[in-house]
Amino acid sequence: MAPHDLRRPFKRAAISDQQRRRDLTLQRQAQGRRDAQQQARCLASTVLSLQSQSTQPEYEPDIELEPESLPDLLPEQEESGASSKDLDVRHASKLKGAEARKWFARQLMLPEWMIDVPDCLAQDWYVFARPAGKRCFVVSSNGTTVSRQRNGSILHRFPSALPNGAKTRDVSGPSQSYSILDCIFHEPDQTYYVIDMVCWRGYSLYDCTAEFRFFWLNSKLGETGACSPPSFYHKYRFSTVPIYNCDQSGLSSAYTGALPYVKDGLLFYNKHAHYQTGNTPLALVWKDENCSQYVIDTDSKGQVPSQQQVVLELQDDGKLITSDDPPVVFGCLDLDFIQKEIFYVLLLVMEVEFVDGKLEKVDLHYLGKVNRARAFPDSYSKMLEALILYEKKGKKKLTTGGIQISYAICFFEHAFSLV
Amino acid sequence: MALEITAILLSAQSLDAKVRNEAEANLRQFQEQNLPLFLLSLSIELANNEKPNESRRLAGIVLKNSLDAKDATRKEHLVQQWMAIEISIKSQIKDLLLRTLGSSVQEARNTSAQVIAKVASIEIPQKQWPELIGSLLNNMTQQDGPAALKQATLETLGYVCEGISDQDLVQDEVNAILTAVVQGMTLIQHGPEIRLAATRALYDALIFAQTNFENEMERNYIMKVVCETALSKEAEVRQGAFECLVSIASTYYAVLEPYMQTLFQLTSNAVKGDEETVALQAIEFWSSICDEEIERQEYDSHEGGHFEHVHCHFIKKALPSLVPMLLETLLKQEEDQDQDDSIWNISMAGGTCLGLVARTVGDDVVPLVMPFVEAKIVKPDWHCREAATFAFGSILEGPSIDKLTPLVNAGLDFLLNAMRDGNKHVKDTTAWTLSRVFELLHSPANGFSVISPENLLRVVAVLLESINDAPHVAEKVCGAIYYLAQGYEDAGSSSSLLTPCLPGIIYQLLKTAERTDGGDSKLRSSAYETLNEVIRSSSIVETSHIISELLPVIMNKLGQTLDLQILSSDDREKQGDLQASLCGVLQVIIQKLGSTDETKPIILQAADPIMILFLRVLACRSSTVHEEAMLAIGALAYASGPEFGKYMPELYKYLEMGLQNFEEYQVCAITTGVFGDICRAMDDKVLPYCEGIISHLIRDLQSAELHRSVKPPIFSCFGDIALAIGEQFLKYIESAITMMQSAAQICAQMNTSDEEFIDYGNQLKCSIFEAYSGILQGFKNSKPEVMLPHAGHLLQFIELVFRERQRDESVTKAAVAVMGDLADALGSNTKILFRDNTFYVDFLGECLQSDDEQLKETANWTQGMIARVMVS
Repeated sequence: MAPHDLRRPFKRAAISDQQRRRDLTLQRQAQGRRDAQQQARCLASTVLSLQSQSTQPEYEPDIELEPESLPDLLPEQEESGASSKDLDVRHASKLKGAEARKWFARQLMLPEWMIDVPDCLAQDWYVFARPAGKRCFVVSSNGTTVSRQRNGSILHRFPSALPNGAKTRDVSGPSQSYSILDCIFHEPDQTYYVIDMVCWRGYSLYDCTAEFRFFWLNSKLGETGACSPPSFYHKYRFSTVPIYNCDQSGLSSAYTGALPYVKDGLLFYNKHAHYQTGNTPLALVWKDENCSQYVIDTDSKGQVPSQQQVVLELQDDGKLITSDDPPVVFGCLDLDFIQKEIFYVLLLVMEVEFVDGKLEKVDLHYLGKVNRARAFPDSYSKMLEALILYEKKGKKKLTTGGIQISYAICFFEHAFSLV
Repeated sequence: MALEITAILLSAQSLDAKVRNEAEANLRQFQEQNLPLFLLSLSIELANNEKPNESRRLAGIVLKNSLDAKDATRKEHLVQQWMAIEISIKSQIKDLLLRTLGSSVQEARNTSAQVIAKVASIEIPQKQWPELIGSLLNNMTQQDGPAALKQATLETLGYVCEGISDQDLVQDEVNAILTAVVQGMTLIQHGPEIRLAATRALYDALIFAQTNFENEMERNYIMKVVCETALSKEAEVRQGAFECLVSIASTYYAVLEPYMQTLFQLTSNAVKGDEETVALQAIEFWSSICDEEIERQEYDSHEGGHFEHVHCHFIKKALPSLVPMLLETLLKQEEDQDQDDSIWNISMAGGTCLGLVARTVGDDVVPLVMPFVEAKIVKPDWHCREAATFAFGSILEGPSIDKLTPLVNAGLDFLLNAMRDGNKHVKDTTAWTLSRVFELLHSPANGFSVISPENLLRVVAVLLESINDAPHVAEKVCGAIYYLAQGYEDAGSSSSLLTPCLPGIIYQLLKTAERTDGGDSKLRSSAYETLNEVIRSSSIVETSHIISELLPVIMNKLGQTLDLQILSSDDREKQGDLQASLCGVLQVIIQKLGSTDETKPIILQAADPIMILFLRVLACRSSTVHEEAMLAIGALAYASGPEFGKYMPELYKYLEMGLQNFEEYQVCAITTGVFGDICRAMDDKVLPYCEGIISHLIRDLQSAELHRSVKPPIFSCFGDIALAIGEQFLKYIESAITMMQSAAQICAQMNTSDEEFIDYGNQLKCSIFEAYSGILQGFKNSKPEVMLPHAGHLLQFIELVFRERQRDESVTKAAVAVMGDLADALGSNTKILFRDNTFYVDFLGECLQSDDEQLKETANWTQGMIARVMVS
């Protein structure tokens, strides 16, 4: 007599490992798939930090916030944003090679070239002199500090006095917490000049205004001893840069003032803008020969070559695009150049025509591939700027309808001539 | 009209293969050329009492096979064919079949009853045979009708009820059937054959009696008749009546209260004194009551006490009499019952029921069982000692840990000593009881265990000694070690306790796996499976050196299987089983050592020889793929990363083979999953292999033959491939999306009341979303616009899933994630789409309120993605 259909032979519960092995395999595969998709999502963007833009209360710079009291003041959403960001960064720290470069390359806020003068410049904008050097992201966590350049490659790995930046110090705050600074490494004095603060002791500042971030940066960085001279547990010195309002005196201080570092142009930050990754019109850069030695390409003898170089990305349909979102498309390249792999090409600009203030016709010639370390093509505004300065050098006359650009040039020439 | 086919039917059963094949070919030809005439001719043959029994028998079989098949697709085909036949011919066939019920030949009557039920299962749901029930009942009401016709009619009623569902009959028909059946059971002038047929017909008709059981008078009457029938002279009839009671116990549990006293007496007498077949059904009655009450308790605890199902606590009320009755059954063991797995006797059924009783009432069972245990365990008669142990083992699940712990603490030493009992049955049951003790009362991770650092060594010593006992005892000891090790998994510092014993345990398990006295391979596979659990549960930090020493040992054993001499298909099967076990162990070792950065290099260093072994195992067979080898290869791919690429040229053909294995669909599903592993390991380097694999995957999806459970993994695999190769997926996008859309269509139309389909539906939905996620993310950086034309359809599908009332959490997660992927990948292009489909707001709202952190996080991300689109 066979047992009831549903009645498992009670005493003969033979262990079956095979089904278990299958199930565990399926679990592992599902986890792997989740991780892979999650990774794809994180590489994409840092939108987690953008979600609460509209609900984000403004922080008044004159409120004295102690770090301990910060969590209470931050709204719920902000906290979850911070923890998700936390995941992003931890995840990113495991990325390797090209992926890591791609991820970090997208985390920086990139200024557009100033091609016209924003309204309310004096009220709504800060200006400071950009230190010459390598722009990088400095992350301190788990007892170490890592700086990564714009292309994602590691510049230094070192102990620092930043929170959790060295193994033996800094017992304040949870050991998991991390800080992210937007810096420029200045070779001559081996100093990291901090130009923005993205995260501090685990709290995300992505959604905070520039006004608040700069205030927080100036009040918090010094507390840690990061600005002290190098020591055993603090390999590189950090320093803030003087930030001015964009009034007449602020502009002139930034433009001509004496600074401990070599200048490379001026950076303008909109006071109300959040830290937005990628190109943004709410941060601008200006360069001319008075405030930068790297205005336009020069050859090894310091001579301006007869052509300016621009980097554009080659799509596999032959289109050439800038780094803007959405990208600006410049014609097509001869299909002979298209190879299986996507690569960036180095180009030279020949002739240009403006229609309604926009660059319309550009005659581009292929020069060669760029270094693979380069993550992005140039932006549209960078191209324009290069062209204008090129024209100013008198190498070639532009036939132009670029009224706004000319206005910007006049404005600054006027503003600075008053100094 | 109809053809004379007697000769062909007889030839088709000829001993001469040539004659037989020719006749079969003729039949097939006839069937293909003119099905209606073919079926009519068969019916005529079956109905004709002058034809030989042999030709009528075959005619009946061919008729049945022309109306029904196991395979669902074939069955559907046959149903369509039948429905297409001209009505007049169908009527003739049906008349002939009904007429055959009155045949003088018993076999023809029975065959005809079965064929009628097959036709009824097609036509009754379509209301195309309304006169069937009437004409059957007519057979029953003729006072002087032949007994043989009545018996055949009752059988027919039973078969018909079995073949249709309870909505297919109107209440009048149900009433008429029940009346006829109950009369068949009661009329004194009816012989036992009729009463047996009637009782069996009632068993099939019970499910239709919902309304009748709600009516007290009718219910009383049916119960009275069943209980009386349970006292019939003939054992077979009594057994049939108890089978009815078992069915009533689960179908009409809620209305049984007034009958329980009677039912207890009836079952109790049967258990004590009736023949075994009857007694087994009487025990089964109580097991079914337990099932009902356990289900109600679980349901209530899930729904927080809000129940619509009546819980009558029959078991609790009957406990003082029920438990002694069951304990008595335990003493009715048979000699050598542990040798044969197919044995099912009173003591086993009684122990099983006692286990269910313990789960139903919990602590209350303990004081009723323990005196029996204590009294019998010291008796010289092995029956007493075995029964006492079995009783103790049976009640270990159900009562609280607090109630059981002191008992087990007091009894553990006794049990360990009993592993040296003189009787093999006592040892067998003791080992089983130990495995239950470890399974249920040893969980350091949850803060309780009957094993202490002090007694652990003795426990292990006893187990390792007893594993050398008779094979059936050794097998139970493996089970005990399995659960002992499992208890230490993730148990923090407690895990270290077992570490010093591991080398000894592993050594003994390997030795046990080598034993040849087991007769079959069960002991060997138990030993290896226990070894797997021991490895899995161990603390990797403390045992990495032990496991890395085990690795070459297992590899060596697997290598030896390749040199086995294969002379017969039996040898081939044995080789396959052994390879399965060893690949299983290697898989577990690879996963264990691959799980930490410190130990992973051990696997990576050995990856080449391991992979060569796997490839050689795969090469042992010509047309099938070894499932366990494939699983292990997936684990290796996961551990090795991009390096795995070097094995692909060799492995590829086996992947193809696996994907074409429709018959062993598990192999097909696993191969699909493993290719997903390979995609993640190799990333875009997997590209050269995608063309071939994808065409197989598409063919698999299109196949009606392949088991449906393989389809979800295939869709998930699309996502894996797209994520790995990015824009190179462009070539496959059209065919993949077409498949995904039609699968989404199937989800939309799926019958959600069928539990089995609910599970399948959930898997299918998840996998479709995963496919979309992979493709969207894969195209995001280069060609997101490719997915633009499909965005609307995807969003519609998400909405459809969102609107479903019962939605599985896994489906919700996948749906929310893919919604974010859509916004992320296509950016501002989806602005209008989201603006016009505002359901996403409610959907996100629901998810953000979830308690599941992972879901909340995903929903947060998706919200951010859509917000970015909306402000763009």
